[in-house]
Amino acid sequence: MSDFQQLALELAQQQQSPAWLDALRRQGADSWSAASWPTRKTELWKYTPLTPLANDAPARWGQAEGSDWQGSVEPIELDATRLVFVNGVFDATHSDPLPTGVVRFASADEQQQVLIQQHLGKVVDSQRHLFAALSNAWAADGVLVHVGRGQKLAKPVYILNVSTPNAEPAVASQRVLVVLEDNSQAELIEHYVSSDASQNGFVNSLTEVVVGANAQVQHYRLNLEQEDLLHVGGVHVDLQRDARFHGFTLAQGSRLKRIDYQVNHRGEGAHLELDGVYLPRNRQLIDYHTNIEHCVPHCTSNEVFRGIVGDSAKAVFNGRIHIHPQAQKTLAELSNKNLLTSPNAEIDTKPELEIYADDVRCAHGATIAQLDETSLYYLQSRGVSEADARTMLSFGFINELLNEVPEQAIQDYLRPRLATLFGQGSEQVGQLAYE
Amino acid sequence: MLSIKDLCAKVEEKNILKGLSIEVKPGEVHAIMGPNGSGKSTLGNVLSGRPGYEATSGSVLFKGHDLLDMDTEERAREGLFLAFQYPVEIPGVSNMEFLKAAVDAKRKHQALSELSSVEFMKLARETSKRVSLDPSFLKRGVNEGFSGGEKKRNEIMQMMLLEPDLCILDETDSGLDIDALQVVADGVNAMRDGKRSFLVVTHYQRLLDYIVPDYVHVLAGGRIVKSGDKSLALELEAKGYGWLEGEVA
Repeated sequence: MSDFQQLALELAQQQQSPAWLDALRRQGADSWSAASWPTRKTELWKYTPLTPLANDAPARWGQAEGSDWQGSVEPIELDATRLVFVNGVFDATHSDPLPTGVVRFASADEQQQVLIQQHLGKVVDSQRHLFAALSNAWAADGVLVHVGRGQKLAKPVYILNVSTPNAEPAVASQRVLVVLEDNSQAELIEHYVSSDASQNGFVNSLTEVVVGANAQVQHYRLNLEQEDLLHVGGVHVDLQRDARFHGFTLAQGSRLKRIDYQVNHRGEGAHLELDGVYLPRNRQLIDYHTNIEHCVPHCTSNEVFRGIVGDSAKAVFNGRIHIHPQAQKTLAELSNKNLLTSPNAEIDTKPELEIYADDVRCAHGATIAQLDETSLYYLQSRGVSEADARTMLSFGFINELLNEVPEQAIQDYLRPRLATLFGQGSEQVGQLAYE
Repeated sequence: MLSIKDLCAKVEEKNILKGLSIEVKPGEVHAIMGPNGSGKSTLGNVLSGRPGYEATSGSVLFKGHDLLDMDTEERAREGLFLAFQYPVEIPGVSNMEFLKAAVDAKRKHQALSELSSVEFMKLARETSKRVSLDPSFLKRGVNEGFSGGEKKRNEIMQMMLLEPDLCILDETDSGLDIDALQVVADGVNAMRDGKRSFLVVTHYQRLLDYIVPDYVHVLAGGRIVKSGDKSLALELEAKGYGWLEGEVA
């Protein structure tokens, strides 16, 4: 066992958790201690070294007290039920009253406890996902979103996770479980953000989504923490018959950031729509691993990821689609396009298509390019400066995906922030677009 | 307005322009005609400063300044406009945003204040109507999914918004049907005000029925081999370019 594995188990012992989560915690601790620590030879971690985690070994739980995040973190202006967590600790003052069906694990009633026990840790494969095992070992607080048969959640659930600098390196564990009964509908926004570029935290996050027959979920996952923060997280989804998952994810890089998406088509006619954007700069890293399991016939997946990698940053994208022998009539598409804006930027992209059925339609592709010279010239020939032209083109590259985001408030939140990310002094970029 | 003397230029180590001279005064419309491969498009690209198009000798004065010494964007801000033969599609960058950035850059250069978004959108909508382009095109990506004619009308709209002193139309008529050609020509003619100059580069005489030039030049082998008035265009239409081949030194 590595030092960090040992340390993580000690941290688990310091936690207070409800007794009804004990079984899961024990199971998690067992898998976590039995797992061998990833090295460069471990395929799933080949391009993403965990050394920052091993070296900095955060040794305590994050605290919310005394953190003055409101001055530096702007929440998204949404008509939604908001829950705020600061360094993993629930912040009641800045959270809304919860509607029926949305509850923290700590306040779950008996029926909800049963529901949580039934699903928590069951969507994710903790043998394959090391940090899911850790999340199970650390299971304590979390958010349950439960929507009953034929119901629609009146407002989106907006979970704002803020990281602030701790006195000493600290950890946070974020857990979300969404259970949609048949024919129900919900929208969930997970927003991770840091109050400061200088961070010393490690966030381990895990979201599990169970989508019942003909149910539909719109899910957002924004990872906007910066620079020094360490984050390993995953979104794991089970789709039953005719269920639909529409996902949008956007991440800035940081010292270590790894997000996994795993979607399992378990019922016929299920549909996945997943758009992703990653934008590492400076010396940041972002690693997206997506894995889609087509287990049954007649399901569709449409996955589009785009990244802009600048400075000396590195991005890793691994998109796997696995079509099982019985999954006939599958339609699956995966596209990954990358823009490198600096000679020192790096992208490691690997689309993986594994097809064991013979009557399917699948396509995948990955491209790596620089800004198009002709487009650049066209903009300049109209008087736009080269710097502004580069900004506009970079922004345009991902704007195509932003335009598809159904929640206007999220588009409005991201556009100006991304514009400043791409170019200093180009405030107007993105302001005038598409009204 | 524009004074080109003995201009030589190369593209990818290939000499295309070989001593081209032309003098355009304010308010004049000059047509440049010539066979394929004669250097027509190269001229427009060299004048607008396209990377890879290198002037090797000769001089170009634009409003008395050394044009070749300016960056692409400076030339545009000084009042030179090239309507592209093949306008570029840029998905993700909205036409409106692009146009405002261009107009703002020029106004800034002229020490004018930037237009507010509301003012600009009003102006852009009015201008789009002048070239019969539905204002919904302003919201789309630059030229994204536009037909050939829509792209050319978008070029003319940009020209109207930027109010350049010298407009270079690079085969703006190619690929257009008569109706679209009429719209484009009307747009150009509306901008003829006795001060603004035009360099109309075309392969076909047809355009010159609609945009009547003061002078017609024949470009062949990288040089102007014959100049005349608008009747020269008709002569070319009747005889083709073959009879001029002998004039290429």
